[in-house]
Amino acid sequence: MDEKVGPGRRGRDLDLIEEHPILDFQHGERVRFFFDGKEFEGFEGEPISMALHANGVRIYRETAEMHRPRGFFCAIGKCSSCFMIVDGVPNVRTCITPLKAGMKVETQHGKGNVPEMDERRRHS
Amino acid sequence: MKQVSTEILVIGGGAAGLSAAAEAASAGAKVLIVESDLRLGGQLIKQTHKFFGSKDEFAGTRGFKIADILLNEIDAFKDSVSVLQNTTVTGFYIEDDTFTAMRGEEEVFQIKTQKTIVATGAQERLIPFPNNDLPGVYGAGAVQTLMNVYGVLPGKRVLMVGAGNIGLIVSYQLMQAGVEVAAVVEAAPRVGGYWVHAAKIRRMGVPILLRHSIKKALGEDIITGAVISELNEKFEHVGPEREIACDLICIAVGLSPTTELLSQAGCKMMYVPQLCGNVAQRDRTMRTSHPDFYTAGDASGIEEASAAMVEGRIAGLSAAAALGYPTEHGKIDEYWGRLESLRMGEAGARICQGIECVLVKGWEGAAHE
Repeated sequence: MDEKVGPGRRGRDLDLIEEHPILDFQHGERVRFFFDGKEFEGFEGEPISMALHANGVRIYRETAEMHRPRGFFCAIGKCSSCFMIVDGVPNVRTCITPLKAGMKVETQHGKGNVPEMDERRRHS
Repeated sequence: MKQVSTEILVIGGGAAGLSAAAEAASAGAKVLIVESDLRLGGQLIKQTHKFFGSKDEFAGTRGFKIADILLNEIDAFKDSVSVLQNTTVTGFYIEDDTFTAMRGEEEVFQIKTQKTIVATGAQERLIPFPNNDLPGVYGAGAVQTLMNVYGVLPGKRVLMVGAGNIGLIVSYQLMQAGVEVAAVVEAAPRVGGYWVHAAKIRRMGVPILLRHSIKKALGEDIITGAVISELNEKFEHVGPEREIACDLICIAVGLSPTTELLSQAGCKMMYVPQLCGNVAQRDRTMRTSHPDFYTAGDASGIEEASAAMVEGRIAGLSAAAALGYPTEHGKIDEYWGRLESLRMGEAGARICQGIECVLVKGWEGAAHE
């Protein structure tokens, strides 16, 4: 398992547990993805929110009315706290959505809209 | 819309759901397990401690190893058990007798089934305090997911809220992962969890502050600390305030059963404090007031995983029997015997009180109350 960042890659390492008395972590392939336009690294197939957390990102969205920051909370897809825009799709439960190489992940401000759907409604 | 069909739908692939599926498949039924997470195993895969309970439910084995045992059991029924991971059952439409489900966030389809076992587990409770919505206030289960499943450091220094078994066990696991535990606060005048778990973290120098709770979380955008103080008998903050520097506040104040699908199916629900919330009435076969719906595990009342596994077995067996598959006579009584032995002791007595409230002898008459 390659834990260190290789030459030519981002200089900062991920916040991972390096040694554990009981567990031995098997990670997937380390891939690049984008968070708000910045290039990050994470493990393919693991939830997006875990990759963000390992990169030190804590704020995943901002609420619609009070503009309060929201982040990780339940990690089982039940609480809606970690909703983000992923490849243009809003309200994605990032705690149970697997990371893919090249994915574009964005902080969600407010409720999030689905442009194609608004367009379709207008035409129907 | 795409539609899939099965004989027995098991919603939730955790301790209860996997046991239910294995049992139903061993009787010969065709089973579909739908799991919202990326992996099967539910909360078991996050548990690094050795389980208590009885040998029948793998006492002495670490939780994540128990998940492996159940997954192996399921694997033996490859031909009759299918699994959909990363798939959430989003609703039950009683007028069409149909479930809607979503694979990932985009692929929507329907499920038709003859019998359904709702093993949807539970969700974390949160207590009110200023700034409890800030990033850095995490449920205990979420902290376990980060560090025990994906090996991600959840923070550097944590305040644990709650000294029940989960709060104590997760505190110890945080230390194993290299996170400093500043303190454990517990509103009650005594430790709620097993003494051995409390002793383990006390030996490592972590203070367990009884009759204390969090008054507010500190931070602008993310957590930078917490203010704690002592509580009186009415659980009001009375003592002097104390500031704790931390980047993580872990909430371990209990769970609530996840029961929306049971409500949508019209199952008779009851609020039972001993089972930690709204749960479905059930008979000894774990059948609800809806003849085709069964419930098991935390969704039927918050309890330990050992009991969830036995309840899952009962539900799986009963659903298969209801479809006409031959099942061993007296097996349900044997499982109830196991539940009774798991429910001995102080915590078990409370569970038994709760079960007494929701358990019905039969459904004639009861259905029209």
